[in-house]
Amino acid sequence: MEKFLIHTGTAAPLRRSNVDTDQIIPAEYLKRVTRTGFEDGLFKGWRNDPDFVLNRPEYQGVSVLVAGPDFGTGSSREHAVWALNDFGFKVVISSRFADIFRGNSGKAGLLTAAVDQSVVEELWAIIEADPAAAVTIDLQAQTITCVGMNASFDVDPYVRWRLLEGLDDIGITLRYAYEVAAYESARPSFKPTSAEPTAAR
Amino acid sequence: MAARSGHTLAEKVWEDHVVRRFEGEPDLLYIDMHLVHEVTSPQAFDGLRAAGRPVRRPDLTLATEDHNVPTIDINQPIADPVSRAQIDALRSNAEEFGVLLYPLGSVEQGIVHVVGPQLGITQPGMTIVCGDSHTSTHGAFGALAFGIGTSEVEHVLATQTLPLKPFKTMAITVDGVLPVGASAKDLILAIIAQIGTGGGQGHVIEYRGEAIRALSMEGRMTLCNMSIEAGARAGMIAPDDTTFEYVRGRPHAPAGADWDAAVAYWRTLVTDDDARFDTEVFIDATAVAPFVTWGTNPGQGLPLSAVVPSPDDAADDTARIGIEQALEYMDLVPGTPLRDIAIDTVFVGSCTNGRIEDLRAVAQILQGRHVADSVRMLIVPGSARVRLEAHAEGLDEIFTTAGAEWREAGCSMCLGMNPDKIAPGERSASTSNRNFEGRQGPGGRTHLVSPEVAAATAVLGHLAAPADL
Ligand code: SF4
Repeated sequence: MEKFLIHTGTAAPLRRSNVDTDQIIPAEYLKRVTRTGFEDGLFKGWRNDPDFVLNRPEYQGVSVLVAGPDFGTGSSREHAVWALNDFGFKVVISSRFADIFRGNSGKAGLLTAAVDQSVVEELWAIIEADPAAAVTIDLQAQTITCVGMNASFDVDPYVRWRLLEGLDDIGITLRYAYEVAAYESARPSFKPTSAEPTAAR
Repeated sequence: MAARSGHTLAEKVWEDHVVRRFEGEPDLLYIDMHLVHEVTSPQAFDGLRAAGRPVRRPDLTLATEDHNVPTIDINQPIADPVSRAQIDALRSNAEEFGVLLYPLGSVEQGIVHVVGPQLGITQPGMTIVCGDSHTSTHGAFGALAFGIGTSEVEHVLATQTLPLKPFKTMAITVDGVLPVGASAKDLILAIIAQIGTGGGQGHVIEYRGEAIRALSMEGRMTLCNMSIEAGARAGMIAPDDTTFEYVRGRPHAPAGADWDAAVAYWRTLVTDDDARFDTEVFIDATAVAPFVTWGTNPGQGLPLSAVVPSPDDAADDTARIGIEQALEYMDLVPGTPLRDIAIDTVFVGSCTNGRIEDLRAVAQILQGRHVADSVRMLIVPGSARVRLEAHAEGLDEIFTTAGAEWREAGCSMCLGMNPDKIAPGERSASTSNRNFEGRQGPGGRTHLVSPEVAAATAVLGHLAAPADL
């Protein structure tokens, strides 16, 4: 996973609350066998609507999503985070996130920045007036800055540490490779392997 | 192994696998065996590929194909493109990452939870994981075995460990002797009806007591298999001589001095007298009778002698709505004797009841009888080996003579993911584990039953027990 220190990009306003993971990516995409390439399924139900914010020409190339409250509720599918990542989002800002979605995001390197709803409203106003306005999210300082506004955001300290260090779960465990190897060397010899048994047995 | 006290079986197995423990963090647990199938593994392998990581212990990883495979014409290409893509992905991933795969057509292919035990790979005291909730099956051997999600599959592939927070422990003590005609399947359906589909939430269940000790390994697997339907993460049974005899001599069983060392260790895997469980449940085995589900979750079950319940019987509004919705989906009228419910499809198979003992029980009932004209009966061995065993014992002939379809190994009609489905409105008696809406095919109606009840039902065309024949 890449380290997340500071990110600057343009942002799209998603003026909806309770966007559940089915809306982020519908169940039909769960049949796929790859881990990437889910950008075409993101917000599938809305993507045919020319007025949908991500279809509007002025919001092409955005990397920050500013969403209404209760983002990411519903099914625990990790595909929701993959789809946001694949589309190019680095940060989602909302006043409230669903727990499982937030956990999945932290594991996959997507920052979910929780702010007061007033900050969301302020950001919406700015990026709707000027879609080219750059938003800067500084994870070290836990601040969001954008054209004269500056606000702090909440993030779980453990998730923040992982993002700053660029560590996914596997990356963290691999730091304990020594302990794993020590455990392995002490495993009893009678434990089975999957290797095809030799004819001798 | 030093003498220990105050620990449950689950805690002992857990403690013996802690690689790293740090205050405030989950324990890092070593995983002895990782079973893999085509549905939940492709993204995990894709993740490894993207990060340039190898599989740490291919020798502690075993893959097979089960959910998507057809059970007839298995030498033909798989017709459904999604199924084929998942199978193809597993084959190329196994090859690329050096994981042993038993593909369709291999003599060791089968449902992942049938394959592990029959190879002797499932042994007491192990930690076993698989991207499949019914991994709980392996707990029948006194292993700590549980299902995991796709990111966890990737984590285990990369590190052979999992960071985990401890589970709670639950004891289900089944005293007394199961009456003649009552099986392990009836027992687990009765347990789930009693504690509910959320009753085991967050727990590892340990099944204990006289009736459990008397069960065969097949029966114990049936029981532990459906722990997940009671909401639990895993089910376990302390290993004993029945367990050791089952494992002994299997292809992957320890041999020679290793066998003695293993058995000496396995004998320590019992809950200490002074151990405490977070939750305790008591069940009277003598009251268990053939059990069937009438609704759309595995907790909606009753003895076969009962009638379809009424929403008015419900304790509260939520339960009333639950019954109403189930009855509507199942197209059942309150007060109807369960025995009067006509069945058009009977499915024998799955990781719950697709082992040789289950097939023997069915054959014993079908011998000299015929499947009713109104019924289509599908008998699907849990693995290619079980199929061979059945052939060696002549069971296949009994099945086909009785008018049942005898198939190749796979998950088959347990879930609507392969060609074996029931049609909308069809009603099945099924030895599988889930009666959710549409589980066996969109609009299909499922009654969960034991193999014995399945066989009697096939003969009579309505829900029935062997005693009714
Ligand atoms: S038989 Fe059914 S429950 Fe068992 S692994 Fe296959 S699909 Fe899952």
